[in-house]
Amino acid sequence: MKTTAELIADDPLWLSIIKVVAIFAFGVVMTLFMIWLERRVVGRMQHRPGPNRVGPFGLLQSLADGLKLAFKEDIRPVVADKWVYFLAPIISAIPAFLAFSVIPFGPDVTMFGHHTALQLVDLPVGVLVILACSSLGVYGIVLSGWASGSPYPLLGSLRSAAQVISYEIAMGLSIVGVILRSHSLSTSDIVNAQEGGWYFWLLPVSFVVYAISMVGETNRAPFDLPEAESELVGGFHTEYSSLKFALFFLAEYVNMVVVSALATTLFLGGWRAPWPLSAIDGGVLNTGWWPILWFVGKTFFFLFVFVWLRGTLPRLRYDQFMRLGWKVLVPVSLVWIVLIAASNALWNTPGVTTGQRLIFFGVGIVVLLVFALLLPDKRVADDEEFVPVTGSGYPLPPLDLSVPKSPPRRRLPAAPEPAEREMEPAAVAAADKETGDGSL
Amino acid sequence: MTTERTVAIGSGAAELATEDMVLNIGPQHPATHGVLRLRLTLDGERITEVEPIVGYMHRGAEKLFEVRDYRQILVLANRHDWLSAFANELGVVLAVERLLDIEVPVRAVWTRMLLAELNRVLNHLMFLGSYPIELGAITPIFYAFREREALQQVMEEATGGRMHYMFNRVGGLRDDLPAGWLDRVRRAVAEVRAGTAQIENLIRGNEIFHARTRGVGVLAASVAAQYGVSGPIARASGLDFDLRRDEPYLAYDELDVPVVTRTAGDCLARFECLLDQVGVSLNLAETCADRLAALPPGPISVRTPKNLKVPEGHTYAWTENPLGVNGYYLVSRGERTPWRLKLRSASFNNIQVAPDLMRGALVADMIAILGSMFFVVGDIDK
Repeated sequence: MKTTAELIADDPLWLSIIKVVAIFAFGVVMTLFMIWLERRVVGRMQHRPGPNRVGPFGLLQSLADGLKLAFKEDIRPVVADKWVYFLAPIISAIPAFLAFSVIPFGPDVTMFGHHTALQLVDLPVGVLVILACSSLGVYGIVLSGWASGSPYPLLGSLRSAAQVISYEIAMGLSIVGVILRSHSLSTSDIVNAQEGGWYFWLLPVSFVVYAISMVGETNRAPFDLPEAESELVGGFHTEYSSLKFALFFLAEYVNMVVVSALATTLFLGGWRAPWPLSAIDGGVLNTGWWPILWFVGKTFFFLFVFVWLRGTLPRLRYDQFMRLGWKVLVPVSLVWIVLIAASNALWNTPGVTTGQRLIFFGVGIVVLLVFALLLPDKRVADDEEFVPVTGSGYPLPPLDLSVPKSPPRRRLPAAPEPAEREMEPAAVAAADKETGDGSL
Repeated sequence: MTTERTVAIGSGAAELATEDMVLNIGPQHPATHGVLRLRLTLDGERITEVEPIVGYMHRGAEKLFEVRDYRQILVLANRHDWLSAFANELGVVLAVERLLDIEVPVRAVWTRMLLAELNRVLNHLMFLGSYPIELGAITPIFYAFREREALQQVMEEATGGRMHYMFNRVGGLRDDLPAGWLDRVRRAVAEVRAGTAQIENLIRGNEIFHARTRGVGVLAASVAAQYGVSGPIARASGLDFDLRRDEPYLAYDELDVPVVTRTAGDCLARFECLLDQVGVSLNLAETCADRLAALPPGPISVRTPKNLKVPEGHTYAWTENPLGVNGYYLVSRGERTPWRLKLRSASFNNIQVAPDLMRGALVADMIAILGSMFFVVGDIDK
């Protein structure tokens, strides 16, 4: 039995090319489909139909939009840095596709008489490649903001840089948990290691941290600060149009698919069939071409969650978002890694009884609790950044006015007969006096 | 762009020259609901200076009033705050009727109150939808518009308009109400009440929403009073002032008008004020509908001459518009047109306080504050 890496290494060139084309097509088609799906699902959440004119169920709407974008005028601001402005969308889009290459779509299959695996390459550092690709993609966003020569994109790209630095760390730490368990960085090995149980319930903390940071990593709502259309108009792509804009759009959606596929690979057992199905006929559904179905299905689950979040949540503020990353996700991940490492060590040490292990963990929890209780209460810090009200050269109203006392509420006895009551509104009553005074 | 900047090298970070960035929010910007322009000076993302630049939409309404007769004035007065058109008409006709010493039929008074309250709900629903959108929640506005649709239908049935009703006339209302209309109003009110509960569920308890609005843009009651802020914004700061209760016009003195107030004065308080006020207004509308149904048949308007000449004099009529106090100072020299009709619009005063709240805030906060000032640009620029 060859390993996946060995299987793939035997691929002839033509087979690799077929895989490359298939992966590229998968990315593009998923993007078109995702845009349609998002608009339909969000439309459904908002009591409206969503696109339903072009093609069956409006499925071709994104294709039509893409064509329209291609024919639009390509605008470059005069102050833009020509080459960086041109390269930024490309830098953003290429790594997004590149990350697909290490994702295992399925197990061994026979393709045109050739025994191979449904994966382009299986690197011993596969997970790191995906992390590297997603970090590289951010250069596109940062450079686009810088090169546009306009304040809105600049603010957007600054936000993006900070966002990705902090969430890359949280994401990396959440993956460490997976690696500690699977003892491998290769994606296919991680899927194989989940034969006994998927990691989303074996490593729940890692899963939650990953799920949050993957939304942050892809700049999607509620973490879509670099775009923030109500604040920064379009954020980093404000000045972009035509195909360059389409490339950013493509990159965003392909990134979504990549992080969802990675989440599937790392935590939902990759291409493995879900439990009741996996038991059928001794796991026949885990062989051949079936696994692609499970893989795509699980990926769509994550993609749906992306859309769901967008339809539901408001956007976080920049500093709140950073606080969540650095003060919650990173520390929680670190503690969790220590826990996994400790339990690994304990379980692998011969001669330790279960009772002893439990006692050990109990002591650990008590120590943590004591530590938590000893932490000082949160103190209301003075805001050093506070800018005093200085006045802007406009006349300010007198600042010694006092708040008028609230008038007592007038309660009227119930009118005996509303119909009979003589109508004399206060307005009319007051009019006599007013007109009398008015004859100056 | 060949601006050269010399930066002192080697003299330490303290002397490194940094520049504040000037950022224009508007005149075209998604958060300004039109053509308000704010010139921000930013240090990073923190705002050091704000300067609102108003007037992009100045239409000279006050000057135009002086060359229009009293029927035509209504068309103009209707439009400065396009979200509370009925309430705007009301202020003008109240002032004119007062100078003319006309007593309006009872049915007209109650119908005006009913329509004014419905108009208030329509206005508030708009902001209940648009405010979450500014904070990035895209769904509530569709819920809000669904409810608006129910109300607009009954408004349209009675007045023929969905936005600019033009239903007030000096001396009453233009037409009598359609048969069975009051029942449909009650049904619409019940529908909107249920729908508003959904909007509330959707956004009110949301933690991100709270994080974005609680303690952000705190407006002290004293500052609100100094700037002449009124309406839900002032009441959210604890300024317990509502003309419907404190200086009742129409027949509000016969109703018990609960005034929704908060003390926090932050964006959340302003939003909650608006949300709770919808419920109050729906109740008032229902009461008005009940009273109207109990009234005996009678005229809805008094006959006024086509060539309406208002006697010499001056008066000031103010009403509690959805966005705040709306005032009309009418000076007549006995002609067909007013000599002067000064308009005091709510948004103009309310927006003045915004720069005070924004200094020292982040850009994202600025959007949250601006959105919570609930303004209509036409109402600012007149």
